[in-house]
Amino acid sequence: MKKFLFLLFLVPALAPASEDGIALDAAPVRTDALSLQDGARTFVNYCLNCHGAASMRYNRLQDLGLSETEIKDNLMFASAKIGETMKVPLTMKDGREWFGVAPPDLSVIARARGADWLYTYLRSFYRDQVRPTGWNNTAFPNVGMPHVLYELQGQRGLKVEKIAEHGRQTEKASFVQLTQGTLTAAGYDEAVANLVGFLVYVGEPNAAERKRLGIYVLFVLLLLTVLTWLLKREFWKDVH
Amino acid sequence: MMNRINSGLTALLGWVDARFPLSSNWKAHLAEYYAPKNFNVWYYFGSLALFVLVLQIVTGIFLTMHYKPDAALAFASVEYIMRDVPWGWLIRYMHSTGASMFFLMVYLHMYRGLIYGSYRKPRELIWIFGMLIFLCLMAESFFGYLLPWGQMSYWGAQVIVNLFEVLPIIGPDLALWLRGDYVVSDATLNRFFAFHVIAIPLVLLGLVAAHLLALHEVGSGNPDGIEIKKHKDPVTHIPLDGIPFHPYYTVKDTFGVAVFLVVFSIIVFFAPGMGGYFLEYNNFVPADSLNTPSHIAPLWYFTPYYSLLRANTFNFFWIDAKVWGVVCMGAGTMVFFLLPWLDRSPAKSIRYKGPIFKIALTVWLIAFFTLGYLGTMGVTEGRTLVSQICTVIYFAFFILMPWYTTIDRCKPEPERVTWK
Repeated sequence: MKKFLFLLFLVPALAPASEDGIALDAAPVRTDALSLQDGARTFVNYCLNCHGAASMRYNRLQDLGLSETEIKDNLMFASAKIGETMKVPLTMKDGREWFGVAPPDLSVIARARGADWLYTYLRSFYRDQVRPTGWNNTAFPNVGMPHVLYELQGQRGLKVEKIAEHGRQTEKASFVQLTQGTLTAAGYDEAVANLVGFLVYVGEPNAAERKRLGIYVLFVLLLLTVLTWLLKREFWKDVH
Repeated sequence: MMNRINSGLTALLGWVDARFPLSSNWKAHLAEYYAPKNFNVWYYFGSLALFVLVLQIVTGIFLTMHYKPDAALAFASVEYIMRDVPWGWLIRYMHSTGASMFFLMVYLHMYRGLIYGSYRKPRELIWIFGMLIFLCLMAESFFGYLLPWGQMSYWGAQVIVNLFEVLPIIGPDLALWLRGDYVVSDATLNRFFAFHVIAIPLVLLGLVAAHLLALHEVGSGNPDGIEIKKHKDPVTHIPLDGIPFHPYYTVKDTFGVAVFLVVFSIIVFFAPGMGGYFLEYNNFVPADSLNTPSHIAPLWYFTPYYSLLRANTFNFFWIDAKVWGVVCMGAGTMVFFLLPWLDRSPAKSIRYKGPIFKIALTVWLIAFFTLGYLGTMGVTEGRTLVSQICTVIYFAFFILMPWYTTIDRCKPEPERVTWK
């Protein structure tokens, strides 16, 4: 019975992200190897305990300028072989029991949610004693996930003020720092930006190669366009 | 040496021709098929649609080599193609971009028909075959869209199959038969895969052949909407305004393909998702039968018809609004079939049609694009009202056509094609 009540409590967590459209902060673009390596470190240390990236192979991380040995020594805790994908031992059943919803796979999360949403979401956690995890999020109200990065950011609360503006009552919410984290506010933003950059990379590891190749393809096709145009003009000379 | 090779090839051709109509078909459909010399830019899209069809078939074959039509494996197999299959990402993006480009080419091709009266006598059957191709293409897209097994795939299929349930008497059974289950499931995915990779493509290829055979029987129209066969050379019987399709239009269409490939590659290499219009964001979330997305939007090329469906909110004559919606959506796509008989204008081409047709077409285009835009948006009261107005305009364009094309003041058509 107790378990049932607990689950009932988590029902809102099953609902999709709020559609009320909070303003999203623009995620700084991170594509350089060092930032992505930092993001990868945060990812394997904090995210990869519950979330997998089941389409992403460890050895693929060589894209970030790491050798296989470096990947093995620094980024691989859960799996044994370098060719394996980033899976987690957490089962769907456990996930559902612990968080009310199985933590989604993060392989293409950046393609589904967008970098800005992830950047905002990971910086919007606050302490909320009403929630079973003790955490809530303004970007994803009643989310099942607790603030995994709180060591870095420190704990924050949400202060809601009622302001009378032009005779209309509006609510303004702001975060208040309750305890200090190991990083400064700017440092935390930087860490999240790198993590989001890494997730964007994981969402489509071929993206950089795709754009690089596209330039050459376009060059060849433009040449083909000119040649076919000249050919057409030559043939059509005798049409009057 | 060259002489011997030449005579050898001539002998080989003679051998084949005695057993298969190779030379005669080459002549009938290419070297001695006379097309009007005054084709403008609108006449590129037919050959481009054919090009995209080939592209879709070829890329599709390679995708089936790695894709798994299994509810438990489908989503991950697409990502496997995107990451682990050599050049898989390119093949997949070519296929997904090709789907949208196919519709774009076909829409432009149809619009060409609309402005230059390509559907008019004696080309009614070409138009009907073309419309059947369009319907097949819609089915092909619908079945194919389930295969990535994302949230939009799943719920899009759920919504569309449920539409069949409103049909009287056979509705519920028909929907069940299509799905193979009471909800969209593994069984649905398997049969949609079968429809997508073999059933519909076969019909599509047959219809394309019929479309071209009918075209080559009566000859191509042109931007002046007049018949080039009326003025033939008295000796050779070749239309005076006609030129052989090969080499003139083969080289011209090759140039068209090159330009198309430039645009296509810009999308494939630099914006394959097209900001959520070619690959929807929510389709990167695996299908979940317990979690309905709050906003289900079809792909861009279906949005005008989706708006026609949603615009119906009244229970006219005690018949449920949902039924009217389905009827409206069906009629909205089928009504094009009737164009050859709705258009009573003495002129075929918009160049010689009167002001009423031009105004009607412009207003209809605005309504079509507005419906398309609203189909991508969530529902509000205001938007529903606008889409209702646009729905009325959409159908009025067709229903009133026999009347306004008769009273319109057309200009006289020229005897010979105007060119340069």
